[in-house]
Amino acid sequence: MIDSKKIKKDFPIFDSNPGLVYLDSTATSLKPHSVINKISEYYSKYSSNIFRGVYRISERATEEFEETREVVAKFIGAKSREEIVFTRNTTESINLVAYSLGRQVMREGDEILTTVMEHHSNFVPWQVLTSETGAIFKILDINDDGYLIGDLDRIITNKTKILALTYVSNVLSTINPVKEIIAKAKAINPEIITVVDAAQAVPHMEINVLDLDCDFLVFSSHKMLGPTGVGVLWGKYELLDRMFPFMYGGEMISEVYLDQTKFKKPPHKFEAGTPAIAEVIALKEAIKYLNRIGLQNIRAHEEDVVKYAIDRLGKAFGDKIRIIGPKDLNTRGGIIAFNFEDYHAHDVASILDEDNIAVRAGNHCAMPLHKKLGIAASLRASYYIYNGKEDVDILVSGLKKVQKLL
Amino acid sequence: MTIYTEIILDHFENPRNRGFIVNSTKSCHVSNPLCGDKINMAIKVDKEKVADIKFEGAGCAISTAAASMLTEYVKGRKVADLKKLNQKSMIKLLGIELGVNRIKCALLPLEALHKLI
Repeated sequence: MIDSKKIKKDFPIFDSNPGLVYLDSTATSLKPHSVINKISEYYSKYSSNIFRGVYRISERATEEFEETREVVAKFIGAKSREEIVFTRNTTESINLVAYSLGRQVMREGDEILTTVMEHHSNFVPWQVLTSETGAIFKILDINDDGYLIGDLDRIITNKTKILALTYVSNVLSTINPVKEIIAKAKAINPEIITVVDAAQAVPHMEINVLDLDCDFLVFSSHKMLGPTGVGVLWGKYELLDRMFPFMYGGEMISEVYLDQTKFKKPPHKFEAGTPAIAEVIALKEAIKYLNRIGLQNIRAHEEDVVKYAIDRLGKAFGDKIRIIGPKDLNTRGGIIAFNFEDYHAHDVASILDEDNIAVRAGNHCAMPLHKKLGIAASLRASYYIYNGKEDVDILVSGLKKVQKLL
Repeated sequence: MTIYTEIILDHFENPRNRGFIVNSTKSCHVSNPLCGDKINMAIKVDKEKVADIKFEGAGCAISTAAASMLTEYVKGRKVADLKKLNQKSMIKLLGIELGVNRIKCALLPLEALHKLI
């Protein structure tokens, strides 16, 4: 089992902010010493550009950078490191697919299928793509328990070119049966291209892209203990190979002439310009840290803490707290979004902040979902490896203070 | 230091100038879609002065208190003088420190007022 108090010692932010109760890892995770030190190591020991230098420190930087690609590929079970493209974040990864592949395959009358529970980043790029191409935007709905509903046999057709789906909802906390949905979608239309937003899944559970049988899977470094500024796009090589480049410029070309340009093969075809070198290099330290703890242990710990939290919140506040999403813990991640009496989410979050408790308030970049739920905003407390049951107890005390004050 | 001072909570729980004006000079609607706050505000101007001002809507404690305190402040004042009101004036009026995120709540009623004058 995970000892969250021991893990807290690896995260220097708790030294700078004693008593911090950080319950917003869904927005971004905290960073351990090893990740921070690795960034500093690059800048102090082999700070140089990658690929182009023939001198030693540049070769070292290039090796460190490419090693991360290898580590990421292994982490998600990809066939090869050539299938790992570094972007800025999940949002850019999805936009890259929508732009480079979407504009290649979508025709008037075609369809894109997504869901009402998506983060805006896996919703808006597809919505815009359909409006630009004259395609049809289809949206899977949810039931009251936060599960996807709808008869795929009737919804997916041979015109449905793309299925874009989140693995774990950043509000409902629902863990979607992605593997089953993809299998079903491909049985109906073998040509369908599947894009999985795994930003809230990769940091918390074991992922294997071959097992999921998706075509693209995207996530962000900063939500999995890694630095900001790095996103990952994994794609099947043959798809990456046939896609248009996303951005043009340095490092993505093989030959440039006055009248034409030849591009590099994937992944470099998609990595124009100097990337976030230090951040990519440090991402592998985050993955090493996660591997040391073990993804299965992380998942078990989060389930344990969430079970305790739902129980404690229920006992302390009864029906004054309305928790959003599935009741079955097996299909729930480490996120608990809720509404508290008729208090405004921002007031609750501000009062909790006075006791050093960091929760999120708002629509969490999921406006269509909040509309569907009939609420303007919600509160969200999310749990990760450095959170324990003591953090739940402090949250409950904080909410009692809110009740007293408002 | 808390932003939920006694005076803020008093204006939140008992907002002044809440309601409608039947024969208003002008009315408007402002909203912050990110948190769902909505304010309807109406003004009655007489001899270039604010004869009456009222608001309605749903919002957080800060935006409700800000609307209450702002309407109380502007009543009876010259419209021309109110055009100068800005972020600084709101902070002074509320008497609390607000970070970059919560300041939007306090500025929503001011946005409404500026639409009316």
